[in-house]
Amino acid sequence: MWRFAARRAAMLAGALLVSSFLIFASLELAPGDPLASLTGGRTLPPEAVEQLRAQYHLDDPFLSRYVHWLGDVFQGELGTSITFREPVSSVIGSRAGVTVELVLYAALLIAVLGVGLGTLAGLRRGRVDASVLVLTSVLAAVPSFVAAIVLLNVFAVNLGWFPALGTGEGLGGTIRHLTLPAIALALSAMAIVVRVTRVAVRTELGREHVQTAVSRGIPYHQVVRRHVLRNAAIPVTTILGITITSLIALSAVVERAFSLDGLGSALVEAALSKDFAVVQGISLVFVAAFIVANTVVDLLYAVLDPRVAMGSRAA
Amino acid sequence: MSTSTPAVSVRALRAGRRRLAANRVVAYGCAAIVALAVLLAVFGPMLAPHDPNASNLSNAFVGPVAGHPLGYDGQGRDLLSRLLTGARTAMLGPFIVVVVSVAVGAALAVIAAWRGGWVDSVVSTVLDILFAFPAILLAILAAAVFGAGLTAPTLALAVAYTPYVARVLRGAALRERARDYIAACEVQGLPAVAIWWRHLVRNLLPLIVAQATLTFGYAMVDFAAISYLGLGVQPPTADWGVMVATGQAGVLQGYPAESLSAGLCVVVVVVAVNLLGERLAERDGEGR
Repeated sequence: MWRFAARRAAMLAGALLVSSFLIFASLELAPGDPLASLTGGRTLPPEAVEQLRAQYHLDDPFLSRYVHWLGDVFQGELGTSITFREPVSSVIGSRAGVTVELVLYAALLIAVLGVGLGTLAGLRRGRVDASVLVLTSVLAAVPSFVAAIVLLNVFAVNLGWFPALGTGEGLGGTIRHLTLPAIALALSAMAIVVRVTRVAVRTELGREHVQTAVSRGIPYHQVVRRHVLRNAAIPVTTILGITITSLIALSAVVERAFSLDGLGSALVEAALSKDFAVVQGISLVFVAAFIVANTVVDLLYAVLDPRVAMGSRAA
Repeated sequence: MSTSTPAVSVRALRAGRRRLAANRVVAYGCAAIVALAVLLAVFGPMLAPHDPNASNLSNAFVGPVAGHPLGYDGQGRDLLSRLLTGARTAMLGPFIVVVVSVAVGAALAVIAAWRGGWVDSVVSTVLDILFAFPAILLAILAAAVFGAGLTAPTLALAVAYTPYVARVLRGAALRERARDYIAACEVQGLPAVAIWWRHLVRNLLPLIVAQATLTFGYAMVDFAAISYLGLGVQPPTADWGVMVATGQAGVLQGYPAESLSAGLCVVVVVVAVNLLGERLAERDGEGR
């Protein structure tokens, strides 16, 4: 187990290094003068240009610039935003909270409702199962921004149950403001989790040891809890991990739809205005979060299924 | 199938047959929807009864009237014409994503499975690294670097989807590679490229088609999202993703027709494509 954890940690470090390089290199790929991309095409006073040249070591060779940049990143120094007129680290710091709350709220919805409905549909054949199946195959195809529009139209504009835009004050206000965005973000992922959970529960129910346990008269709920759910948890954890980590990047779309001041909406604004320091900084945060979350899922998977750490997992 | 008691097996058989028939109806329905969407992508702009960009602000948000069965959008443009025209870019973007990612993914899969050894590990490592970049994030990055529009985000999505296609096809190509008929071809001295084209790729084709279909569904959602964010197709071009975004002001004022109709178009096509893809993948699984 510990050897497996160490190997995953090494892979994590490698992936972070490579992706940081790719994000840095993407600025180099931009057609034209890097200085022009940094200033976003605006004319700046000569002192400011000099400062940018020094700050980004524009006269150094590519690799040494990357090393400089990475060193700065480790010190939390991500450069200065041209459009927000403040350090990128404080742009990230002031906006990360909303994104974290939104993603966690959506993750909670996916884990509770997705697994719950999936288990219900898996255990109960017939009408419940059929309606869940039809509903989820449609919901799985609803893009988050379409879900956002429908939710806004029904629950914010027509019924007036929830506020349409922005973030609220205090815990109650935050929950009220983030409920519709979290549902929009979670919806299609939740549908996928329901389907996978349903199949996993159904598969485990059909296994011989479960049939044996039932025929020996062990109470049904005990069989379900100890044999069915415990084994079904393995594929369910995998799909939960995949869908929840995918929310990180998708939050950008939902934040724009509900005008939330999170990392994702800042990333899109920065991309539109070619504010490269912010694009790099937030991309780095997103990719790092994505990679770390994936590693955590892998480790969790190994805890649930000891065979994984033994290295017998099919490649 | 087990035949423990006749009564059970007959019932199971009937249920199975009913499900098969239901599946077939659903599959034909989905195929019809996809065919319609493809026809719209090709001919939609010609079918539009009015100029999709001709705006008359005095008609803003006016509902259905004669000659304008869906009414007007927030800028007084004919909604039906915009929906018909918008099919083209909404379908073209994901189509390019599928063509590029499936072509590159299949090529990488065949080469990695054929050569094995260090070639395989290099290809697999590069693909693993690409997995760390969510498709949407890569498309946003590409739009930031190369500018918003159809090209950069589309190619970025293609790059992001390549590892998913390549991973599935590599596994299948490895299984196929180990078969006797491939060895027989090699012994006969057929050049590798001939074996790839005439045997390997041809036998992988059902799986490739299933993968392409499933990828199209995901790519369509992501591409529409990018256009919704303002980084893909640019307004005033009529495009389903763009229309959801431009109609959002109307949603807040109580006129949701533009956003909802464009969103519905995306959802209907994606549901049809997904169900069709799942069916193709299942059928391929049964054939093995």
